[in-house]
Amino acid sequence: MAAAAPALTSRYLDPIRLGVLLLIATEATFFVFLISGYVYYRVMVHTTPTAAQELDPFKTGLFSIALFASSATMGVAHRRVHHPQRRGLALWLGLTIVLGATFLLGQGLEYVHLYRQQFTIARNVYGSSFFTLTGFHGLHVFAGLLILLTLTGLVMADRRHAIPDVAFDAAAYYWHFVDAVWVVIFTLVYLVK
Amino acid sequence: MSDIPLSPLNPEWPRAQAESRAHGGLLSWVASIDHKEIAIMYLITTIFFFVVGGLEALAMRVQLAIPNNHFVSPEVYDQLFTMHGTTMVFLVVMPVLIGLATYFVPLMIGARDMAFPRLNALSYWLLLLGGALLYYSFLTSRAPDMGWFSYAPLSEKPFAPLPGPSFWALGLLLTGIGTVASAINIIVTTFSLRAPGMTMRRLPLFVWMSMVNSFVILFALPALNAALVMLLVDRKLSGNFFTPASGGSAILWQHFFWAFGHPEVYIMVLPAFGIISEVIPVFSRKEIFGYPFVAASTVAIGLLSFAVWAHHMFAVGMGHAMDVFFAVGSMLIAIPTGVKIFNWCATLWYGSIQFTTSMMYALAFLLEFTIGGLTGVMFTLVPVDWQVTDTYFVVAHMHYVLFGGTAFALFAAGYYWFPKITGRMLSERLGRWQFWTVLIGFNMTFFVQHILGFDGMNRRVFTYPDLPHWGLYNMISTIGAFILGFGALLFIINIEYSRRHGAIAGDNPWNAWTLEWATTSPPPPQNFDAVPPVRSRRPVWDLMHPEDPDWKDSH
Repeated sequence: MAAAAPALTSRYLDPIRLGVLLLIATEATFFVFLISGYVYYRVMVHTTPTAAQELDPFKTGLFSIALFASSATMGVAHRRVHHPQRRGLALWLGLTIVLGATFLLGQGLEYVHLYRQQFTIARNVYGSSFFTLTGFHGLHVFAGLLILLTLTGLVMADRRHAIPDVAFDAAAYYWHFVDAVWVVIFTLVYLVK
Repeated sequence: MSDIPLSPLNPEWPRAQAESRAHGGLLSWVASIDHKEIAIMYLITTIFFFVVGGLEALAMRVQLAIPNNHFVSPEVYDQLFTMHGTTMVFLVVMPVLIGLATYFVPLMIGARDMAFPRLNALSYWLLLLGGALLYYSFLTSRAPDMGWFSYAPLSEKPFAPLPGPSFWALGLLLTGIGTVASAINIIVTTFSLRAPGMTMRRLPLFVWMSMVNSFVILFALPALNAALVMLLVDRKLSGNFFTPASGGSAILWQHFFWAFGHPEVYIMVLPAFGIISEVIPVFSRKEIFGYPFVAASTVAIGLLSFAVWAHHMFAVGMGHAMDVFFAVGSMLIAIPTGVKIFNWCATLWYGSIQFTTSMMYALAFLLEFTIGGLTGVMFTLVPVDWQVTDTYFVVAHMHYVLFGGTAFALFAAGYYWFPKITGRMLSERLGRWQFWTVLIGFNMTFFVQHILGFDGMNRRVFTYPDLPHWGLYNMISTIGAFILGFGALLFIINIEYSRRHGAIAGDNPWNAWTLEWATTSPPPPQNFDAVPPVRSRRPVWDLMHPEDPDWKDSH
């Protein structure tokens, strides 16, 4: 190679976007292991009651729609970031938070219902794997809500232009990831009997 | 192009550092987000835990020195080997390699710091907290005693009602999260903060291997973290994951643990390969032979490392198909590793070899690691594995790889990079003594264990009957362990002595070629005032030899 062309650091990947994508990759791997644990016990161990027998796919499906819809509202919010005044950003972020919180509420109600049926984390392997898998997903939704609340708070306090675009990119990537994980969990746990 | 722009993430960086320095004192270390200071804390912490883990090993060797000994009780012995293994893997080898990467990756690519300096500090403090939690378990009357891979159901409540295994799981979970954060940081730093001209094909091999290593961490650690979470659910919430009595599966723990545990073996050795790939060319006064092969074989090892885990489980009875799959995978991984050995040997060929202490450790690495690698290939033959599994043959193999391999590379790195970190040279005279003490002590300790393993001596049993030769071989091993321990002590003495009285190093005492030698020793807070132009793999050579720069050649 002849004398190297001068290059600027900025042509490389943006650190924050790359960092969040790597975080998502490692988190996805974490869920792969929790999910494969669940599937292993579903297939290999035969005791009752199973989580699948106790669950209500319709009710949870409704709350799941709230989570799936929140990905759409997050997408709209993400577009507003690039709007000159970032108008409507707080509204769409707020809507995303409400939908995410609705999903968590549904999960809470479901847990209470299951505990009333004596279907607990200690009951059998299905209980252990069901609550661990869905619980960790709920924890990730909760973490996502904290991120969105922080951003919304800053936007509402009129610091919207102090927040760089990448912060919203990061939040959006993470939120879509949490949503995508639920697509897999919902299908495997609630729909495949 | 002689100057790089400030990192876009922390334009205030040099000033913040200067203020932090001005206050001085211990607090400036606690609050530090400078990659060099954080790395020094990593190195000091790992040396501390190395001493602790070493003392645990010596206590075991005292117990095993003669047959039917009662120096420690079986209960204490179980805690000793568990804590020794856990400490050495999670609190010494992994963090010391990450610490070295934290120090040298930014310097070698011409960056001012890591991509995320605060995350970097968090990684270190999580390590320290995890280590503290692990050792806190001694205060609960019994430390973890189920072995470093913590097989269920020994780690479960019916067998371990005391909280030891819970502390083990919590401690590893914390260090594990810190390690994943470091991996993200190292990858982003490598991809995003390289100096102008530092293309991927010019990246120093230590950076290449630390980066590949970080990808392995990214996909291996979640397996452990998931398993630890499940173990904690079992222990704290009466879950049933790994308790066969209530429908759980102890084998699943083994799969999850080794799905992490075998990539972990490469996590502990890939950066060591990187060190050797820096040290051997410099002291052979030759460029590395076959740079693309050394880099690409690292990627191959990284990928294959995820397809070999169940060779730790041949004795479980997984069935013929599984055994064959994992045996073949394990044999395959010897190929890219062999490629590296041949590349290093070819670099030495016709080189003007300088026998510095660092180089002697690198040469010893080649020999000892190859022995460990060859016994590793033996395990891929399933019947051989059945014969020697859980014997001292495994202990010997694993220490040839991890001590003869990684630790020797780390000593090479110590002598090579100490001048850069402190500005003073380690004593070469003391270094010679230290090298031969360690070499003799190491081989005495572990070579005889191959024979004991073939004779059927089980690992993890606190004593043994007085069978022919067993007492003799064990005594040799114990004496060797104390010689080895003395050698390690000499290294610490050398550090303590040389950091005050060592010869002044200057910027580039070894006439090396990578960017960390283009700045002062120790480097200033901002690392570089100006990064030299990077037009080849050896920018500092180009700087020193303007009449014959590398970039005028074809590559």
